[in-house]
Amino acid sequence: MNHQQVNQSNTSLYSYYINDAYYSELLKELAIWDTELEMDNPTTEKQCTKLIIKECRLLDEYRFDEFLSLYTDKSLYWIPITPGGGDPRTEVSHAFDDRRRLEDRIYRLRTGYAYSQLPMSRTRRLVGNFELGYGESQDIVFARCNFTLAELRVGELRQYSGWYGYKLQKVEEQWKIAVKMVNLINSDQGHENMTFML
Amino acid sequence: MYNWEHLVQEDRVHRAVYTDPQLFEEEMVQIYGRSTWVYLAHESEIPKVNDYKTGYLGKRPIIITRDQKGKVRALFNRCTHRGSTLCRMEKGNSKQFACPYHGWNFKNDGSFIGAPWPKAYGDQLHSPEFNLMQVRVETYKGLIFGTLNENGPSLDEYLGNAKELIDQWMYHNGGPERLRVNSNAHRKLMSCNWKFVYDNAADGYHVTFSHRSLLGINERYKEEGIEDKDMIYFTQKPDDGPMYVQYLGNGHIFLDQRPAHRGGDGSMWNQQRPQPGREVFEEQMIDKYGEKAYRYLDQAVGSQMNLTIFPNLLFVGNQIQVIEPIAVDKTQITWYATTIDGYPDEINNLRMRTQEDFPAFGEPDDVTNWSEGQRGLSIPEAEWVFFNRGLTLTETHHEDANGVITAPVTDELPMRGYFNEWKRIMSQASTATNYQSIK
Repeated sequence: MNHQQVNQSNTSLYSYYINDAYYSELLKELAIWDTELEMDNPTTEKQCTKLIIKECRLLDEYRFDEFLSLYTDKSLYWIPITPGGGDPRTEVSHAFDDRRRLEDRIYRLRTGYAYSQLPMSRTRRLVGNFELGYGESQDIVFARCNFTLAELRVGELRQYSGWYGYKLQKVEEQWKIAVKMVNLINSDQGHENMTFML
Repeated sequence: MYNWEHLVQEDRVHRAVYTDPQLFEEEMVQIYGRSTWVYLAHESEIPKVNDYKTGYLGKRPIIITRDQKGKVRALFNRCTHRGSTLCRMEKGNSKQFACPYHGWNFKNDGSFIGAPWPKAYGDQLHSPEFNLMQVRVETYKGLIFGTLNENGPSLDEYLGNAKELIDQWMYHNGGPERLRVNSNAHRKLMSCNWKFVYDNAADGYHVTFSHRSLLGINERYKEEGIEDKDMIYFTQKPDDGPMYVQYLGNGHIFLDQRPAHRGGDGSMWNQQRPQPGREVFEEQMIDKYGEKAYRYLDQAVGSQMNLTIFPNLLFVGNQIQVIEPIAVDKTQITWYATTIDGYPDEINNLRMRTQEDFPAFGEPDDVTNWSEGQRGLSIPEAEWVFFNRGLTLTETHHEDANGVITAPVTDELPMRGYFNEWKRIMSQASTATNYQSIK
């Protein structure tokens, strides 16, 4: 492999896959989460649901390395501000993290100097109302579910809620997270300290 | 009555200016309304005739409209009948506003149209007092400001020394004709007085400490042989470095990071922490534009200017940040994202990813430190907040012919400067305000 190919494959440090085609595809996928998601495969359904529940638990327990291992190399962690997502090419999000920026986000939390997370938020989230359906192949699953998240920090308990949209991808027989979209019901409102992982 | 000389001294201010609720209410009348020009909106947010957006002048709810003749106005969002707000939407397009409570009607220029079943009023309604109250409005290159001071200086005079810097910021962002403030915004709530935001706006001292986690992300890259990025230059002897702060007069302050970016096109782009899609769009730009690509790419990253117009407008990076005081210990800041009309898609796309970086990885640590500052200031026995850094180093301060004072980037000169203006305004008696009638 030449230098550029090496860089392209190292998504932890270089970002080539968030290109025009990626954005176009993402906007199309938004419409899929709006459709009736149905699946006639209890095994896949169970595996995928379990993955989402596990991801939530790992975040609530600050198990960030394991959390990152659930994501594909070309993943997206997205918290739009505009309800419904808007167009991320011309609008800002709370987070539009490719693999590199997601690792930056986790790295910052672990520097020991992220004062907005010292002390760290205690969180616990509940997911439900799961709906799942296959994408263009049986290696892609689109899932959505509702969430409520309680957060405690410096004596104050806060409540966040909305729905998660997931695009899951089967990589070497393992289901992984390719896209996580966090749709907060108050995404466009003022937030005091949303620096914990949603 | 307050003893202003006691509250604001040469080297320190009293905690009461951050904690006294009555003083806050006074500020909301004097500072935010009667004595300054307050930033309200950008013209590109209401581009078409009859467009409007709602907002606040201090704590007064207002509607900023482009009326049927295309004139930009700001109206009190308050029915002249019984006080109800007329418009509860954030944005929209409407020729008139009808009060949801009793159906009184107003044109979007503020003039009273009528009330249902008017017979019961006789001719009582034929009075200009039933028109919506107007805020005096002026604009500078698309920036809309309002004041309740009918006889005060023009906006042009008020902006004074800041105008040239606004122009430079605009130039970085494509110029006034191309700058657009119509995507969306980050909104942050914080449990602190609004002046914590202002104090921080030209503070080159805090970066190394408050933003240690952001700068710490560099370690992840250094292990892979990738050099330090972003504001790392603040950690390298900033007292003697090329960056500087300025007090511009009228409460306006400035911190310039541009001198830390030496070299030609690409010097700002190359110093920027990486954004999603950085490499692929950089290559795409070079393919399309050759060497000129870097002139564009520099505009995809922040302006490296921190320019602050008293009392509520901050130009930070490429965002327009607006301070919205809510209570003595509650503030919202809104970071309006900006795009450049007619620029390559790659540039606007990268601008979005750049504008997500600091609000996520930098600002939250500041906000936490300000809120914890407010908590610290709750102690009555510990009275003083100090802004004495650099005070006695007068040989490092330089004043030019226009009255602009320049100091090293870590000097607390900007805070001393704006607090003097704050004291001047707060200590003068309330000036009578005459409301403009449009009939």
